[in-house]
Amino acid sequence: MPGQAAPRLAPEGLNATALKRTPLHQAHVKAGARMVPFGGWDMPVQYTGIVEEHRAVRSAVGLFDVSHMGEFEVEGPGALAALQHLTTNDVAALHVGQIQYSVLCYPNGTIVDDLTVYRVGDDRYMLTVNAGNIDKDWAWVTEHTRDVKDVRWRNASEGTGLIAVQGPKAEALVGRLADRDVTALGYYRFARGSVADVPALISRTGYTGEDGFELYAPADRTEKLWTELLAAGRADGAAPIGLGARDTLRLEMKYALYGNDVDETTNALEAGLGWVVKPAKGDFIGREALEKIRAEGVQRKLVGLEMTERAVARHGYPVQRDGREIGIVTSGSYGPSVDKYIAMAYVETTLADIGTELAVEIRGQAKAARVVKTPFHPSRVKKA
Amino acid sequence: MADVPKDLKYTREHEWAKQESDRVRVGITAYAQDQLGDVVFVELPKVGAKVTAAKNFGVVESVKAVSDLFAPVSGEVVEVNGELLQKPETVNQDPYGKGWMIVVKPANKAEWDQLLTAQQYEEYLAQGGH
Repeated sequence: MPGQAAPRLAPEGLNATALKRTPLHQAHVKAGARMVPFGGWDMPVQYTGIVEEHRAVRSAVGLFDVSHMGEFEVEGPGALAALQHLTTNDVAALHVGQIQYSVLCYPNGTIVDDLTVYRVGDDRYMLTVNAGNIDKDWAWVTEHTRDVKDVRWRNASEGTGLIAVQGPKAEALVGRLADRDVTALGYYRFARGSVADVPALISRTGYTGEDGFELYAPADRTEKLWTELLAAGRADGAAPIGLGARDTLRLEMKYALYGNDVDETTNALEAGLGWVVKPAKGDFIGREALEKIRAEGVQRKLVGLEMTERAVARHGYPVQRDGREIGIVTSGSYGPSVDKYIAMAYVETTLADIGTELAVEIRGQAKAARVVKTPFHPSRVKKA
Repeated sequence: MADVPKDLKYTREHEWAKQESDRVRVGITAYAQDQLGDVVFVELPKVGAKVTAAKNFGVVESVKAVSDLFAPVSGEVVEVNGELLQKPETVNQDPYGKGWMIVVKPANKAEWDQLLTAQQYEEYLAQGGH
């Protein structure tokens, strides 16, 4: 999460009036959540405690309000061409009912945003983008497809609520409330249906490394969906989960967070996102630069670090080798499921091999760290 | 309202101080640990180190934040709670007991009188605590 400054032991006295609210805002406040500003939104960082919430997701099921994320719809005979031009992955490979992780790049190969692309119909797609990037992305996608014929864009962010249901008991919980069999839904697949009588796009995706779903629903029905999921999951230990645990869960999986690990200064290849960069599909924004970088080899790589000396590495801390600065930490925390201090960092390519001994400079002291295999915690997402 | 024991003194940075004959035991308050959330790391000085009133003597880290610790009084560190290295969560579970951080042999007795009383600290918290 951005903004890991070093506050003193005092609450952040931030002016919350300008912050946007999701359809579940009132439910969070009523439940006693601690609210914090995140990407322009007033969001719950925790309900009972970050570590406890993290464990609830790994062992049972957790509900996340991710309604702050943005949804753009694009349709028309030119929709495929528009998305092929904007995104790095091959949208032509996507069938109706399938989802694709992808990246919007600048011409130099650095990242406008990372996103998921849903093919909802023959000529219709939905893009899910990061909350803090909605305005920037909207301007980017509409301006850069102005010359593509027969394309209509619609920003559906405000009218759309989004609840993530994640954990080993997510399938049973959603299955009990859904009007269809969700067990057959593969990873990165979706279906339309209803959950707790609320019309929903049921997506087998998530940001935790656990099996689970993301449920898109009309904003004015999202609170009903939230309340019914919590009630139906109570016996299974279903709990609301804040952004704090969302961050530690995704860190244990080495999933990138825009603004921390990837941004307009990092290119998609050094970020380890080469698997969604498909130059063979034809031209797209950033293709030429990325092909050149791929041919020459990346200068640095995003790796997983484990602190071998007790200390917490955090965003912005320098990474060293024999006293020389060779990289920078992009995310770091205590990982509750691995019970270790872990981090993500860009390091020089020659020092990116697993097992390489490095150090993180923490308050002026070099603390030992090692490049390790990732994910830090084994993924349990459903296999497609 | 967070627990504020009457027999302790306090800083505006949310440390508590407890007089134990000629020594002063130091930790962070129940309010502080609640604001921080799950404590995952504590960095403390070594026995023999000198600390200065209102100056940083260590660090406490929660999942989300790094926070400096401020010494209530100046003096020499005579004891350090080494158990917090392995079990930092003790700070959350028992901030006024097993979650103590250091014991200081004070150099300047007048500093004690500068600290907030329990009543003053409660009023400070009631005003927002910062």
